[in-house]
Amino acid sequence: MKKEIELEAEVKVEICQSVQDLQMSFIRGSDLFGYVGIEAVLDQMRSKMMKAGVEFNIMVVGQSGLGKSTLVNTLFKSKVSRKSCTPNYEETISKTVKLHSVSHVIEEKGVKMKLTVTDTPGFGDNINNENCWEPIVKYINEQYEKYLIEELNVNRKRRIPDSRVHSCIYFLPATGHRLRPIDIEFMKRLGNIVSIVPVIAKADTLTIEERLEFKERIRQDLTTNGICVYPLKEYDEDPEERILNNRIRDNIPFAVVGTDKEHQVNGNKVLGRKTKWGIIEVENVAHCEFVNLRDLLIRSHLQDLKDVTHNIHYETYRVQRLNQSNVNFSELGLSTWLLENGSGEKYESESHL
Amino acid sequence: MDAIMLQEKLVERLLCPRVRTARQKEKQYVGFATLPNQVHRKSVKKGFDFTLMVAGESGMGKSTLVNSLFLTDLYKDRKLLNAEERINQTVEIIKHTVDIEEKGVKLKLTIVDTPGFGDAVNNNECWKPITDYIDQQFEQYFRDESGLNRKNIQDNRVHCCLYFIPPFGHGLRPVDVEFMKALHEKVNIIPLIAKADCLTPNEIKKLKDRIRDEIEKFGIKVYQFPECDSDEDEEFKQLDKELKECTPFAVIGSNTVVEARGQRVRGRLYPWGIVEVENQSHCDFVKLRNMLIRSHMHDLKDVTCDVHYENYRAQCIQEMTSKLAQDNRMESPIPILPISTPDVETEKLIKMKDEELKRMQEMLNKMQQQMHDKEQ
Repeated sequence: MKKEIELEAEVKVEICQSVQDLQMSFIRGSDLFGYVGIEAVLDQMRSKMMKAGVEFNIMVVGQSGLGKSTLVNTLFKSKVSRKSCTPNYEETISKTVKLHSVSHVIEEKGVKMKLTVTDTPGFGDNINNENCWEPIVKYINEQYEKYLIEELNVNRKRRIPDSRVHSCIYFLPATGHRLRPIDIEFMKRLGNIVSIVPVIAKADTLTIEERLEFKERIRQDLTTNGICVYPLKEYDEDPEERILNNRIRDNIPFAVVGTDKEHQVNGNKVLGRKTKWGIIEVENVAHCEFVNLRDLLIRSHLQDLKDVTHNIHYETYRVQRLNQSNVNFSELGLSTWLLENGSGEKYESESHL
Repeated sequence: MDAIMLQEKLVERLLCPRVRTARQKEKQYVGFATLPNQVHRKSVKKGFDFTLMVAGESGMGKSTLVNSLFLTDLYKDRKLLNAEERINQTVEIIKHTVDIEEKGVKLKLTIVDTPGFGDAVNNNECWKPITDYIDQQFEQYFRDESGLNRKNIQDNRVHCCLYFIPPFGHGLRPVDVEFMKALHEKVNIIPLIAKADCLTPNEIKKLKDRIRDEIEKFGIKVYQFPECDSDEDEEFKQLDKELKECTPFAVIGSNTVVEARGQRVRGRLYPWGIVEVENQSHCDFVKLRNMLIRSHMHDLKDVTCDVHYENYRAQCIQEMTSKLAQDNRMESPIPILPISTPDVETEKLIKMKDEELKRMQEMLNKMQQQMHDKEQ
């Protein structure tokens, strides 16, 4: 349907002076004397996305028993966690950290999402937890490496399969005191390579005052130690986003409670935990901040998480990697890649780099 | 005052039935049935002491529980360390002593706290300071007992250790198992499930069963309640059985008083309800308190004295005798102990006198020599 609305936004175009014979000019929106239909691009994008689907990879990190699997199930309202998928699951503590990924395709209103949840059993569970974050760092870098190799390929796929971790949810036990040394060590090392979203797990053990004090102390600890958690201040693009993100930053880490059981409250069926002194409603903002977390991860910032991962973390990795592997590309680095891709020709791929 | 009345009543009761029968049976009454009351009066005058150790990670609610148990505020000016300070911290042992009096009975309560336990990234042997402390107390008591002046021995031995297991896990973690195994033969361990208000009743039951199984599996000897005598009444036996099936206790502590159902109770106020610490259907706090203070305090002290301390003592003596045998000395029936010299002054005095003696001996030798020379 053609709509007779004038474009209000200004359309600015940069004049590229480095390229000859190319002239562009400013066209202001008010100069248009008819409806062009530029905004229909959004509809096209939407339909393309619906056909292609969305890929989203989360990693959950935290000690055993903090409710990671339950929370993931509650977030996506389906049994997507490792525990629900492994038959005869037995809760034993493993001596080393072994990562475990499970993928599902979930669909809602025609939009398909390929969700991959990576679990990290064994993290922080042993007596000596030194370097328990190394397998995780290795895994994340491996995913970047895979993507990089695919990107540098000669015959690369149209849609590179994206297995990079878009967001890492880090579970803090609700002690009510401060961050522990293991939390600081982990977040310091991973804050630079992946978007960390810290949450307070099993928050139904803290009263509201205790929760606020705990969060305040955690935020202090994060600043003192220079830990970057999502959303990062430096990457706010415009003032509007900044206001929204500031509100989020004042509230992290979110205090969450997860469950997959439903109970009756005032005639409605709600997700909640039933105890002798009351029912804790997971989706009630007055009880816990699960809704805020869900909105952050899925409803408002999902695309932003993916963009940050692609534009910032992945680029950092890429630059680092390409600087590492030889300056003389045509001899060593590139030829190995070429051999891997089955092509023996020399390829001047400077334009890529 | 109650003790005297009790004593009189007891005497009366003993005498009463004989009133009906011939008074000649009166001669058979000796009267030592009043001994327990005499002991009671003496103990009340002397007062009791009890040393309790609390161990567990930071943030498990140890301080809050201690405050709730003894209705005091022992941790008023505590400062929480931030993580940087904690990275280099080793496990410390901090003692708080408080004198409580109730109905004329005095209790000198010592709480031994263990901040820093299990907080670091590498927690290898983080229980060593704790075992060392317990051994130190045993050693000191051993020396005092073998010393010359035994009138005022201070008993600092740890009578009971409350170990706080986090409710977040699925059972015992490796650090829990190692800690309990290192301590189960030195002190009475009572495992507790901390912060039990984050668990639903089902979850509590599952966790308790799991922990009990794991305790058995790993062979950890936690404190066992003594069997009640066969002549106790049914109700007592039933309570005792319930108590035993309830371990490990799932506890909640609170420093604040809230209003619930028209009364002021110790509890925690949440948006979804109020948790009452002393409500038996909410948590096992009342059971723990009854067990620890009202019924089993003396038994805990007895087990510490009779079992743990004796084990330590036997071990110590054995080591000493084996050392003596190695030194090839005469085997003395009583091991030669270094006598504890509480008085540094007398030691100095003895040393001085020794030196003086030596000097005098030298002078004597010199004089003898001189005389000898003179003669020649």
